[in-house]
Amino acid sequence: MMHMKPLPWFSRNSTFFVLAAPLLLISLVTFLIGDLLIERIVTVLFIDVILVLALQVFMGNSGILSFAVAGFMGIGAYSSVLFSMTPAAKAAALPDLYSFLTQIQLPFLVSLLIGGLIAALVAAIVAYPLMRLSDAAGVITIFSLLVIINVVLVHWSALTNGPRTLFGVDRFTYLGTTTVFCVIFLAVAWWFKESSTGLKLRASRDDAFAAASIGINIVMMRYLAFVLSAFMAGFAGGLWAHFITSFSPYAFYLSAMFVFLAMLVIGGPNGISGAVVGTVLVTLLREGLRSIENNVNMSKILPSGLVGFTEIVMAVLLIVILILRPAGIMGGRELRWPKDV
Amino acid sequence: MITLDFLINAISLGSTYALLALGMVIVYGILKLVNFAYGELIMITGYSLFVVALGPHLPWIIMAVLAVGVAVLTSYLTERVAFRPVRSNSLTAMLITSFAVSTLLQNAALLIISPRARGVPLPDVFSESAVIWGQSVPIRSLLAIVTSLLLLGLLVLLLRRTVLGIALRAASDNFRMTRMLGVPANLVISVAFAISGLLAGVVGLFWVGRTASVTPTIGAAPLLVAFVATVIGGMRSLLGAVVGGYIYGIVFSLIGVLLPQGLLEFREAFMFLIVILILLFRPEGLIRGVNSSRRV
Repeated sequence: MMHMKPLPWFSRNSTFFVLAAPLLLISLVTFLIGDLLIERIVTVLFIDVILVLALQVFMGNSGILSFAVAGFMGIGAYSSVLFSMTPAAKAAALPDLYSFLTQIQLPFLVSLLIGGLIAALVAAIVAYPLMRLSDAAGVITIFSLLVIINVVLVHWSALTNGPRTLFGVDRFTYLGTTTVFCVIFLAVAWWFKESSTGLKLRASRDDAFAAASIGINIVMMRYLAFVLSAFMAGFAGGLWAHFITSFSPYAFYLSAMFVFLAMLVIGGPNGISGAVVGTVLVTLLREGLRSIENNVNMSKILPSGLVGFTEIVMAVLLIVILILRPAGIMGGRELRWPKDV
Repeated sequence: MITLDFLINAISLGSTYALLALGMVIVYGILKLVNFAYGELIMITGYSLFVVALGPHLPWIIMAVLAVGVAVLTSYLTERVAFRPVRSNSLTAMLITSFAVSTLLQNAALLIISPRARGVPLPDVFSESAVIWGQSVPIRSLLAIVTSLLLLGLLVLLLRRTVLGIALRAASDNFRMTRMLGVPANLVISVAFAISGLLAGVVGLFWVGRTASVTPTIGAAPLLVAFVATVIGGMRSLLGAVVGGYIYGIVFSLIGVLLPQGLLEFREAFMFLIVILILLFRPEGLIRGVNSSRRV
């Protein structure tokens, strides 16, 4: 009888290293070039990678389309800045803030953690019953959740300054910060996918009835993935808020969600390789298109300017990918090294 | 106070919402597609009115027919170009496609026309009021009620009395069985999208009629309305969609009167909370369709 030797630890987890290495390289090269514009693009790229990984953790493993990531990003963004802003900045930007929050000021990393935890808490409280639904009903409920989060962010003026832009956030997020957290969350998403919970969830995605028949608690597996996804999105929202420093609730709604979905679906939703590859490619494409847009607008070739061109190309690309390669560029596989294991 | 003009406005809102919901469910019933691009058909109707008005002077009713025609055509084309090729893939692929189509159409309006609001021509009766039993009632509301009832009546005739209508109803009960019995799938789906476009187009006329203007993002609100109404009524039944639309219109008007001012701005959140609760506790909606969706 032949015995299968278990793969060594490195080979089993090579996907993480194969993906982390180029990300670290991008970060290093960006640091060495020292160009401010490139640094901004790469910083946002790393935040987007975390957000798309958050989407992948739930959507990729459960097969349920989730619109809520943008909402949890918003919750994380607002909750983290409420703890990191100076009392003076809060007094100026949020005059109606509840008195117990006005004097609190915590270190940046603690605030980020609080942002992620509050997003996870909201998900933990509301999501369990929602996880019973899948397909169209599941999509509409999670979509409703996004609408509710957005309505609350827009109207809870005491905490968010309402629909208006919130100013006065200090910038704490730099290239190094996002690089570190991007790699950490890459490991988290990989670990989750390969964990027992992730495996059970993927089984339920491929065949819910077969999975249930071998005793998998599908609702619980979905729930755990959803809460983890919310934590990651909330944490990334905090990172983004301390990078961009002024934002409104509309940054966390459907147009943001469209970009995250495009990134994940173009790359391939079933693996973390697809999430990373998709985010990098779509970012490159978007920046290219945006510079075309800006050049056309500057040169005044068109009387009304070229607004919305980037989104149109992205939407067409997304539809073409869904028609020709529905499993995304990675086709549901993970990058590995060496290739034959 | 419940007055006559409140009642008429609530019923007129309900009629509009009923048409909206029906247009969404007629596609959902057959393809199981929640069409995120549905709201954009209303935007297209509005912009078509705007564009037609730039040309030679025509009577308003002709312009309206043209605008609704463009909505029907757009709905048909989105199915032909985007949904048909992904139809055999997963449900999620089709949902994401509809989200992409919605983004595409919105940004096309931004690019081709303008991010700013554009005025649309309206007939004078839209801004006039009639006096009924001493109360002034906007004629627009009465028109919405009459048009909706006429259109619903025509649809009932189509669905009950014609072969095409019977095929449509059969397809929304059990699409696979209908195909096996020799009904051409592509034809049925195209017709469903065309009817969906017609309903959205007619609703679009009244929707842009409220503000006499159209913006690229005007489709978001009617899309949300269609979601809520279809979920209330039951996503598997055409009758349910109509009932859901009327209930939504009337409940929404009542909430507007009954809810204290401070909570009024959260009205939309309340409606979506109702959606989540219904999907959890009575996912088949108020009117049960033939096949209710499976849950884990």
